[in-house]
Amino acid sequence: MQKTYYDPKDLKDFGKISEWDQELGEKFFEYYGKVFEEGALTAREKSLIALAVSHTVQCAYCIDAYTSDGLKRGLEREEMMEAVHVAAAIKSGATLVHGVQMMKKYDKLSM
Amino acid sequence: MKSLAKRKNSLANPKNQIALFNSGVFANGELPIFKQKVSESNQYPLKPNKLEIFQVNLGYMCNQVCAHCHVDAGPDRKEIMTTETMQLCLNKLKESGATTLDLTGGAPEMNPNFRWFVEEASKIGVKDFIVRSNLTILRANKKYYDLPEFFKKHNIHVVSSLPFYKKGKTDKQRGDGVFDASIEALKELNKVGYGITGTGLKLDLVFNPSGAFLPGNQSELEQEFKKALKEDFNISFNHLFAITNLPISRFLEFLVASENYEDYMDELVDAYNPEAVKNVMCKNTISIDWNGNLYDCDFNQQLNLKVATQGTHLSEFDLDALQKRDIVVSQHCYGCTAGAGSSCQGTISD
Ligand code: SF4
Ligand code: SF4
Repeated sequence: MQKTYYDPKDLKDFGKISEWDQELGEKFFEYYGKVFEEGALTAREKSLIALAVSHTVQCAYCIDAYTSDGLKRGLEREEMMEAVHVAAAIKSGATLVHGVQMMKKYDKLSM
Repeated sequence: MKSLAKRKNSLANPKNQIALFNSGVFANGELPIFKQKVSESNQYPLKPNKLEIFQVNLGYMCNQVCAHCHVDAGPDRKEIMTTETMQLCLNKLKESGATTLDLTGGAPEMNPNFRWFVEEASKIGVKDFIVRSNLTILRANKKYYDLPEFFKKHNIHVVSSLPFYKKGKTDKQRGDGVFDASIEALKELNKVGYGITGTGLKLDLVFNPSGAFLPGNQSELEQEFKKALKEDFNISFNHLFAITNLPISRFLEFLVASENYEDYMDELVDAYNPEAVKNVMCKNTISIDWNGNLYDCDFNQQLNLKVATQGTHLSEFDLDALQKRDIVVSQHCYGCTAGAGSSCQGTISD
């Protein structure tokens, strides 16, 4: 058994998930490929969104992949960092907004 | 920054670069050597198609010292082609029937006999006459200011390197001030008609990634460059070539020093595309160094891997033998076959 949960090399083997369930695996990759095609959003914009979401889901594989993808597309570090801050702001905002629920509950229960 | 040669860096010796390609991940079987990979698709040995391009390296002197330079060029390099060798190039070019003459360097314009060579070569009437200009040289000294006009007079096809359409990345790769000088030079080229629709004067740009990663999609990058250069500077150009950095010379130094070498080679091998092998540059090109030696491409020139024929010098030029030769390959060739492939003309397969 390997000593760490993450191995960067596993990313390259992502395609192998189809080996255990070909139909669902292939459907996933087809969907994934389609999502990232140029559409109403440019492929570049989609790459930035993916980078931001990678940070909120804290997926080391995705961060690795979409940092490289951004470099290939000529994204600048300022753009990438701003995207990460957008993700972080939403994530912290999502935490903090629940404070309203806490406040209401606290007030309701208190005399 | 100085050249590897000036710094007496061990990688200045091509033998040490090749030794690196034959050790580590390629010796322990972790990655397949290029020859093996090409054999899998029955394309080994690599054979040339009809010779079309004479790529002449006029010398390794350059006004810049770019961090990624595969030539290890710089102001401290003194290797310069003489008029005798230039004349020999022209004689053999005529004899060979090649239709494209491609001048490179260093900065070819810095060769004191550059204009003479262009004038003489123009008389032969090649179909496509390329000069690879780093742009900044056109603004480096007053004596170069008239080069756009000179290029126009000889109907030169200008191919210029611009790593990015913004200052930051460009200057990081090529040195401070390079971006501003390049923009100025592009404006001068536009002014005489280069890159402008209807003039027939071709101005292409070359994009190299500024780091240990492969270039993105060529046509997407072209669109972005076109839009940004037009909006920000009112600059036009014809095509953008996205070129993969080959792991040799100063780029190899960077890969090793930044501990990216193994991952980069892994990425190149992973992106190996047998279709791209059919159109690699060495298939229709002969590369000539400042001394008149013959190579399969400018990369092999820098690795001192001469053509595998009996005569390896222009004076022994034998078209028949060259057409029958095996192309000399090593692990650096993975740079030409990664993804959509890469040659001096950019992406080579769809
Ligand atoms: S990459 Fe081109 S411009 Fe830069 S140092 Fe090398 S030859 Fe000169
Ligand atoms: S490096 Fe030269 S010899 Fe190797 S594939 Fe590329 S063009 Fe051909």
